Amino acid sequence: MLRIPCPWCGVRDETEFRYRGDASVARPGEHADAAAFAEFVYSRRNPSDWHREWWLHVGGCRRLIAVERHATTHAIRAVAPP
Amino acid sequence: MQNAASPPARAPLLRRSAARYSGWRLFLEALTGHRGWGEAWRKARPRERYRVVVVGGGGHGLATAHSLATEHGITDVAVIERGALGLGNVGRNTTIIRSNYFHPDNIRFYDLSLTLWEQLERQLNFNAMVSQRGTLNLFHTEAQRDLFTRRANAMRLLGVDALELSRAEVRRRVPLIDMDGGRFPVLGGFLQPRGGTARHDAVAWGYARAAAAAGVDVVEHCEVTGIRCQGSRVTGVDTTQGFVGADVVCLAVAGHSSRLAAHVGLTLPIETHVLQAFVSEALKPVLDLVVTYGAGHFYISQSDKGGLVFGGGIDGYNSYGQRGTLPMAEEVAAAAVTLMPALARVRVLRQWGGVMDMSMDGSPIISRTPIDGLFLNAGWCYGGFKAIPAGGRATAHLIAHGEPHPLARHLDLDRFAAGRTIDERGAGPFPYAH
Ligand SMILES: Cc1cc2nc3c(=O)[nH]c(=O)nc-3n(C[C@H](O)[C@H](O)[C@H](O)COP(=O)(O)OP(=O)(O)OC[C@H]3O[C@@H](n4cnc5c(N)ncnc54)[C@H](O)[C@@H]3O)c2cc1C
Ligand SMILES: [Zn+2]
Repeated sequence: MLRIPCPWCGVRDETEFRYRGDASVARPGEHADAAAFAEFVYSRRNPSDWHREWWLHVGGCRRLIAVERHATTHAIRAVAPP
Repeated sequence: MQNAASPPARAPLLRRSAARYSGWRLFLEALTGHRGWGEAWRKARPRERYRVVVVGGGGHGLATAHSLATEHGITDVAVIERGALGLGNVGRNTTIIRSNYFHPDNIRFYDLSLTLWEQLERQLNFNAMVSQRGTLNLFHTEAQRDLFTRRANAMRLLGVDALELSRAEVRRRVPLIDMDGGRFPVLGGFLQPRGGTARHDAVAWGYARAAAAAGVDVVEHCEVTGIRCQGSRVTGVDTTQGFVGADVVCLAVAGHSSRLAAHVGLTLPIETHVLQAFVSEALKPVLDLVVTYGAGHFYISQSDKGGLVFGGGIDGYNSYGQRGTLPMAEEVAAAAVTLMPALARVRVLRQWGGVMDMSMDGSPIISRTPIDGLFLNAGWCYGGFKAIPAGGRATAHLIAHGEPHPLARHLDLDRFAAGRTIDERGAGPFPYAH
């Protein structure tokens, strides 16, 4: 069980949250080419160490937060509002 | 008393370790205390170079090497595995084999695999306990019935077996199911009679033995730590046992593809996620089909040892931790007792997790890459066990001919950028499908 410290609600169980994926991908500008959009939609760095990711606190404040979690140990080292 | 250190007293007749396995051999070995079996495959140390180096000794890596050696005459091949064989996903899955897909390209590819499973044990001379007991998907709403009927029709159009079972037939075939229970009564089922299970780690052992007998070096406990290139051409791999040169390098490292690809600067359309499996205490025979719940993510079968083998969905967030977390265990248990209330008093004996490549369209990748000589067998999500025979054959075909196998053309890496994703579930670009 992950214990995620929500900046608004305090430490809560992972079951209150919904995972929303990699927070390091950035949408390219509107004039970017198809390759840049394909990269944005499909490519993932998928590291085995620190991963910045979105979690939506559906069972709490219903806000989106950015969490830095270790993808192998599952340790959480930083949480921030988006 | 047999002393473990005493040299094995072998009958000379049985000395060759690569000798065929047979009923006759079993009989002779029984007479001599089973001391003559020898090792199933040669333990190789890596040579300085090979024509082909396959990274990853899971099902797909071993099947690729086996196909290269036996179907294409390419025997200058090493499979380099960082651990012991069979400890990756090939030995961690819930062993379900089937070809009940919807997209024609998928039906053809997975049915090639199922056909190869039907011949596998004779081909490998190894008992992989392939059991075509049938896979049954339950439906609980009229809309779900329509979806399964559409899928069954798509399969039948291509000559693949698929049947609809009525409610009464489901009740008769699987008495464990609570047909009327809860909010989702069972309306019927979608059966693929040729689907079933196979003994998962035996598949790795069988391929390793047959590949080694055909001349492949199977190297265990050797981790690939880097991939070397000259210009845009691959030249070999760095390993914990030194550099190994190669004309061709094929990555078949399920769950670790992104990490290996990162050595050459490639970013893949893949995330690594954990899936868990559970096994109960051994019971008398209670379930002779593979059953998939339609109102929750849950599938179950009974192994020959009597244990119920079951699982559900992925834990839900990127992870390389080869273990599972409790919320998913609870969800799977809840689905189990909703569908089969009699299981409530069954004890779970073992549980484990495997880390898998979840591709962004839920379909696998068998492809060349932007690096010459570097090939990719990846993205198997949690359906790659059933695909091992076809995946190995298609990957070997691509390596040997430089052209994709006719039934695996659609699995190329370029499909993402080209907008040709194979979205079997129709759910868009999320790495949560299988
Ligand atoms: C719990 C669970 C249940 C599943 N159930 C099913 C099912 O019922 N039916 C189905 O069809 N599929 C199922 N799957 C999926 C299936 O097991 C996988 O898709 C398939 O086994 C992946 O291919 P593989 O056998 O080659 O992988 P693996 O056996 O994982 O092989 C990859 C190998 O690469 C090695 N490796 C990694 N990095 C390196 C390195 N740097 N150097 C050297 N070696 C390396 C690993 O040690 C590993 O042995 C399930 C998976 C899991 C985890
Ligand atoms: Zn909150």
